Amino acid sequence: MALPTRKFDAVIVGAGGAGMRASLQLAEAGLKVAVLSKVFPTRSHTVAAQGGIGAALGNMGEDSWLWHMYDTIKGSDYLGDQDAIEFLCRMAPQAVIELEHFGMPFDRNEDGTVYQRPFGGHSQNFGERPVQRSCCAADRTGHAMLHTLYQRNVRANTLFFVEWMALDLIRDASGQVLGVTAMEMETGEVWIFHARATLFATGGAGRIYSASTNAFINTGDGLGMAARAGIPLEDMEFWQFHPTGVAGAGVLITEGVRGEGGYLLNKDGERFMERYAPTMKDLASRDVVSRAMATEIKEGRGAGKEADHILLKLDHLGLDVIEKRLPGIREIAKKFANVDPVKDPIPVVPTCHYQMGGVPTNYHGEVVAPANGNPNTVVPGFYAAGECACASVHGANRLGTNSLTDLLVFGRASGESVIRFLKENPGHKDLPVDAGDYSMQRIARLDGQTGGESVFEVGAEMRRTMQAHCGVFRFPDMLQSGVQKIKAVAERAKRTEIKDKSKTFNTARVEALELDNLIEVAVATLVSADARQESRGAHDRADFAKRDDVNWLKHTLWYRDGSRLDYKPVNLKPMTAQTFEPKVRSY
Amino acid sequence: MTNPDPDRSLDRIRWRCRRGLLELDLILARFLEGGFERLTPAQQETFSGLLGRADTDLWDLVSGRSHSADQAEEALLDTLRRVGTV
Repeated sequence: MALPTRKFDAVIVGAGGAGMRASLQLAEAGLKVAVLSKVFPTRSHTVAAQGGIGAALGNMGEDSWLWHMYDTIKGSDYLGDQDAIEFLCRMAPQAVIELEHFGMPFDRNEDGTVYQRPFGGHSQNFGERPVQRSCCAADRTGHAMLHTLYQRNVRANTLFFVEWMALDLIRDASGQVLGVTAMEMETGEVWIFHARATLFATGGAGRIYSASTNAFINTGDGLGMAARAGIPLEDMEFWQFHPTGVAGAGVLITEGVRGEGGYLLNKDGERFMERYAPTMKDLASRDVVSRAMATEIKEGRGAGKEADHILLKLDHLGLDVIEKRLPGIREIAKKFANVDPVKDPIPVVPTCHYQMGGVPTNYHGEVVAPANGNPNTVVPGFYAAGECACASVHGANRLGTNSLTDLLVFGRASGESVIRFLKENPGHKDLPVDAGDYSMQRIARLDGQTGGESVFEVGAEMRRTMQAHCGVFRFPDMLQSGVQKIKAVAERAKRTEIKDKSKTFNTARVEALELDNLIEVAVATLVSADARQESRGAHDRADFAKRDDVNWLKHTLWYRDGSRLDYKPVNLKPMTAQTFEPKVRSY
Repeated sequence: MTNPDPDRSLDRIRWRCRRGLLELDLILARFLEGGFERLTPAQQETFSGLLGRADTDLWDLVSGRSHSADQAEEALLDTLRRVGTV
């Protein structure tokens, strides 16, 4: 069936920080670029980023990209690719200065330079002492970045397709990517976006977990599309968990609460962190605190009727401290936990926050996959940047502030790569005759399904399975049974049914198509986690407590076809710097 | 099946309640379930106007850290501020 077609030089899926930084590069080069987004661009999840942008500007004291590189590699627990990390850290200052020139309202020093905040994990001189490296705009850095980039894109004539959902990647027989199919929500019509280059910037898929800090739009659409088109997903077992998300809601309670003297209790009222981290106690690093909480819950010392959460006590701080030093926390606790923290503790659980894995790329933002004996063969015409991509700069654990740095540096770099590719490859290649058939079959299946499964129920079962079997702390028996369970959920997801078949603004259809993407990510995560027999960064196994560089200093690649796994080496060779050899990670 | 909402205005509103901030996703979803259909057409329009605001500004309004100068908006925000999520 021939679908209506639009032609562009480049199509970008996703209008958060990475997508809009890339589209700006292309539009300012005079190219015809379409950006597809499910929601209005400034409502992308980048808006939630508060921490800042990590860049060694040295505005607050001596700093160097090499020190930033060391911190990032150490933070990644040595799973990050050192060429990509060198590129990230070397390009970061330029990326920030460019954004400043675009009009980003950064906080300033008295001399007019960009103010930089301290942030955990960032240091001077290879771990000697903390450094102020985070460039921010109050606690609204993500918001300011989105607005700056959106306005600049409008000026550059980027074409935004808002409330459009991309469905599938179009590849020809040689494997080259020639665009996407996408559905306009207003009409329910499916179009082909025929493009000389296609870039995914669709963000993370944190909604695979019940306890997630991610907004509802984070459904891993790019990962689902890539997986269905035969592209592997890299390092999907690595998800960063934040220790204190409100139980049942996911909304973040900032680490500042524990910084001000709040602490965690189990159901017996015991301050259990004293057992796990006698010195740092509740202020130990995120992974240590999350692991301790998960252990307390697993061993039956969780609070509440279901013994499924931990209590964050701060009433002893008093009303004044809570109101003055922790603005907004009381409102969040009242609204999302129905407790007033001035009197009662807040129920919290370790909560999924950030996806380190994704669509494999090199540091040019080109998507790579194994072919002809090379694990990093470029997939022609296909690019990815931001949380949906795995360059890999975050490795097994992301350092705070590096997510926004990633968006800017790799958004720009992938845009530059597209420009080079288009110069060398003029004109549109012909679409395959069956382009679009796969998407139409998926929609026809959904519309024709009778006696099928509820999208809501299958989604809930997926989230419960991920939470129980593949959370912050991983147990061998739970991983094994989790793989079987999630595969059964994936079978149910093939039979989802929607009652409302109408075309105009049918949100039930959109949610069913989002579930198709989430389930690919969920299966990839559980299968990859079950296979990795070590603990590294965010992947913490009870039965293999230590990092194993002899057997596991390698990237996982998960293929949808047969849920097959492959591996590829970590690139330990930087662009110009000397290799940072893996060492024991301690802070 | 017959469609009581042929121009899908409720679906449009529901989708525009999908935000970049989880805090808003949760509050707005709960509000839609609980009371949106009971609003007058004028209030529905006011709600739709609020959804056009930036996420951070809307969250400040909904959490009571800021207030709208528009009376109709402020009245509706008062309802939104009372939405329970648990």
